[in-house]
Amino acid sequence: MIGFWTLFYKELLRFWKVAFQTVGAPVLTALLYLLIFGHVLDEHVQVHGVRYTTFLVPGLVMMQVLQNAFANSSSSLIQAKITGSIIFVLLPPIPYSAFFAAYVLAAVARGLMVGLGVLLATVWFTELKIVAPLWIFAFALFGGGLFAALGMIAGIWSEKFDQLAAFQNFLIMPLTMLSGVFYSIYTLPEFWQRLSHYNPVFYMIDGFRYGFFGVSDVAPEISLTVVVACFAVVFALTLSLLKRGWKLRA
Amino acid sequence: MVAAVSIIDVVKHFGSLKALAGVSLEIEQGGFFGLLGPNGAGKTTLISSLAGLLRPDSGSLKVMGHDVVKDFREARRLLGVVPQELVFDPFFNVRETLRIQSGYFGIRKNDDWIDEILENLDLTSKAEVNMRRLSGGMKRRVLVAQALVHKPPVIVLDEPTAGVDVELRQGLWQFVRRLNGEGHTIILTTHYLEEAEALCGRIALMKQGRVIALDTTANLMAAHPGGTLEDVFVRTMNQ
Repeated sequence: MIGFWTLFYKELLRFWKVAFQTVGAPVLTALLYLLIFGHVLDEHVQVHGVRYTTFLVPGLVMMQVLQNAFANSSSSLIQAKITGSIIFVLLPPIPYSAFFAAYVLAAVARGLMVGLGVLLATVWFTELKIVAPLWIFAFALFGGGLFAALGMIAGIWSEKFDQLAAFQNFLIMPLTMLSGVFYSIYTLPEFWQRLSHYNPVFYMIDGFRYGFFGVSDVAPEISLTVVVACFAVVFALTLSLLKRGWKLRA
Repeated sequence: MVAAVSIIDVVKHFGSLKALAGVSLEIEQGGFFGLLGPNGAGKTTLISSLAGLLRPDSGSLKVMGHDVVKDFREARRLLGVVPQELVFDPFFNVRETLRIQSGYFGIRKNDDWIDEILENLDLTSKAEVNMRRLSGGMKRRVLVAQALVHKPPVIVLDEPTAGVDVELRQGLWQFVRRLNGEGHTIILTTHYLEEAEALCGRIALMKQGRVIALDTTANLMAAHPGGTLEDVFVRTMNQ
């Protein structure tokens, strides 16, 4: 267990030492989204019976939880691979399950920290209430865990930074931006509404938002089932790749 | 007594390239063993296989009797490897790096031993310095320190003195000799044949993924009277 705790602590320390970049920057980005979209749309748009700015905040929080969980595990692994320092975690007797847990939990911790930062920075601009905190926590945890595990796969698969950037720009970014962070899917044409139901991130955002408003596009029980099922699949896939030493132990 | 390292008929391909073509050798406990050969001979592939960084296509490798695949946790606990590449984690200082490495091997409070290693490798004054700010030679010393944090009975040094100054070489060999004297098995790969001649009790010469000579340094030298290990190396490689 000491090996696991050390790797977990090392991963926490790694992003905390550059917190200005890993926590501060995404909080600022989310704040800018809120100020710009809020300024333009707040007077004109209401969603689920609340002002647009209020509707937007939970989506921004969850989007940053997911993107930063992904960024943490993927960037840590690819940096270690490219610099060669990955050898320091491959030589010791750390079981692959502990390796997985340390990377995922540290990435989730960064996601939650950024999410909390976004919430604290944006809460002054809205009248946000928390209706069901357990739902908020559950979606943040499983959503963050899913993206952290995806980040591990991306970090292990990528051999160059541009491959990781492609993963991020062509998969993660579209999935999060087209998930209903900035809108309710019921404002979309029917085709896009249907398509949105195939996007697992939609369920994460929608379920997370339910915790704030008690209203959502899909019942939170269904959303959580989808998110947990996706997490279980990616969890099993990542563990199996680590067990085989895929791209780490040739 | 069980061998420190036992390698039996190990084969490893990289695509069509046969990097290891059935390597077998045994290294006794407490020995100072030299693994020599030209670039591309398979030395680093063999060491990486021993360390579990590569998975051989066939054959078996054991560290102190523990199979590096089936019993990898125990095998890795008993092995310390100084890698050939000058790698480091830029987020941490020297002491943090060594504490973290100790933790990976399941050791929580290791500062006494860390201080001793730092002193022996002349790194005490650099303990709180970030790895990025160290010179190449200093980084090399930290790599040696990282391989020693868990006091492994078998220590592999993969070209540890490549590109480092004379002072460090002397200090490093003094420390490694002391470890060997205390019972640690040392496996050394180097292109500095005079170092191997001075330090190693037994030597294996590798060429194109095979061991082409394996004997005590004295016997290898006796086969070519009046010559240096470099002469032995050149003649053996050209046979």
